[in-house]
Amino acid sequence: MKIIKAEEVTFEYIRRDEDGNVEGINRAVDKVSLDVKEGDFICVLGSNGSGKSTFAKHLNSILLPTEGTVWIDGMDSKDEDKLLQIRQTAGMVFQNPDNQIIGQVVDEDVAFGPENMGVPTEQIKERVEESLKTVGMYEFRKKSPNHLSGGQKQRVSIAGVLAMHPKCIVLDEPTAMLDPVGRKEVIRALRALNEVEGITIILITHYMEETVYADRIFVMNKGKIVMDGSPREIFKRVEELEEYKLEVPKITLLAHELRKRGLRIPDCVLTVKELTDALKKC
Amino acid sequence: MPIIADHLTFVYGAKTPLQTTAVDDISVKIEDGQFIGLIGHTGSGKTTFLQLLSGLIKPSSGTVYINGEDIYAKDFDLHSIRGKVGIVFQYPEHQLFEETVFKDVCFGPKNMGFDQKETELRAYEALKLVGLEDEVFYQSPFDLSGGQKRRVAIAGVLSMKPQVLILDEPTAGLDPAGRKEILGLIEKLCRENKMTIILVSHSMDDVAEYVDRILVINNGKLAIDATPKEVFKHREELEEFGLSLPQVTKAMISIKESGIPVKTDAITVDEAIEEIMRVLY
Repeated sequence: MKIIKAEEVTFEYIRRDEDGNVEGINRAVDKVSLDVKEGDFICVLGSNGSGKSTFAKHLNSILLPTEGTVWIDGMDSKDEDKLLQIRQTAGMVFQNPDNQIIGQVVDEDVAFGPENMGVPTEQIKERVEESLKTVGMYEFRKKSPNHLSGGQKQRVSIAGVLAMHPKCIVLDEPTAMLDPVGRKEVIRALRALNEVEGITIILITHYMEETVYADRIFVMNKGKIVMDGSPREIFKRVEELEEYKLEVPKITLLAHELRKRGLRIPDCVLTVKELTDALKKC
Repeated sequence: MPIIADHLTFVYGAKTPLQTTAVDDISVKIEDGQFIGLIGHTGSGKTTFLQLLSGLIKPSSGTVYINGEDIYAKDFDLHSIRGKVGIVFQYPEHQLFEETVFKDVCFGPKNMGFDQKETELRAYEALKLVGLEDEVFYQSPFDLSGGQKRRVAIAGVLSMKPQVLILDEPTAGLDPAGRKEILGLIEKLCRENKMTIILVSHSMDDVAEYVDRILVINNGKLAIDATPKEVFKHREELEEFGLSLPQVTKAMISIKESGIPVKTDAITVDEAIEEIMRVLY
């Protein structure tokens, strides 16, 4: 079952002058077609300006395509009647936790989504408890979000989306503003959501190390999808990634360079364990 | 123009229930032309420390000497610091506001009192220094990509020609190429233009590759002050501080633990390659 299907999606940002006349057009997403299998962990990589954030915003109807169509769990993103259902199916978490937390108390913030969905009160309490426990923030439920660290705030944001019982969560660089510990916490929470709860995760990130456990990676450049494959398939193509202004995880680069120097190391090493095992055989 | 922090302390909310000592008795001397990395967990006091060094907030006790002068002394003209110590905050594009890129970069020198000719010359030089093409100068800053906005914001500080440049996570939110560009620019400013750089970063890999000296802040205190190689030997301590090691250092430790006798002090990919080849080839 394809939870997300995009067909020839194009999005143009139109710049207008003070009188409303069109000054310029920027085609940020250019005929993108892809589909995402339910339960997968997908990463979208691309340099700044590649169109990945713009594309991500199509996945729960924040933006509607200029051309082409996006289906979320079979629902056309342009269908106004289905908007609430789409937003409940695919939740979104943004880069800056301060921009998406509005409650004065953690559990109130997490309750916001289900409240607005009209979920009965007793069920809201259950959902809030369950979501906070899933992201490891239950003991902070009565705290003010102002006293939390970045990583903790992002986990509260994820809990807020989880409380709406989405099938899919789209995250636009959720760890960009976090320190190493915060980043690890968020990625660990996402992997658990995917592996244990079966929630489809679509992660947009700049940190290559976060993508090694993905089922599939899409690389975008200038609005188009230019690479599509498993992490092993993608990170083999070191020079091509550099052309798209990306890089491979440091371990992969290290292995690649050692292989170039004649050590017998497999084609695409993603983790320290794989590297260590390969070196033991040299 | 050395900067000396002398028993600097800053307390938020003193004598209230929310009292927090954000910077706790830090003393350090930063020499001209050094490239310093400042690392610490979220909430460790790094940003407060930077604000103290650049004269933005007054210490609760202790002081800062810039070029031998106590900047918090009553008769010191704090305003003159702007020309000496420039600070680029995280997400500097949030401080862009003018109609055009060029006008935005002119703002600093204009406010310093330079005439139009000097202001425009400084703005032009600063924009060239950050590597932006001429076509960009008359565009609205809001039409640029994230990386370009970042460079415009840095140019806005460089146009004031500071001798010390403080940058609070200048690569946050940038893609790998953008990160390399900005760090390459900052390195050039240090090595070629002889600026003193203080860089706050959460990337152990970036800090390992570029800086001469690392200050590790933990709970408001200066915990470690040493070269990158020295700092990254303190594996357990760094973990306790909520920090980490460069990717390759972690790999070398793992490789050694598996029985291959490599030294574990490599902090860059090149160093790791050399050491592994030395042992295995």
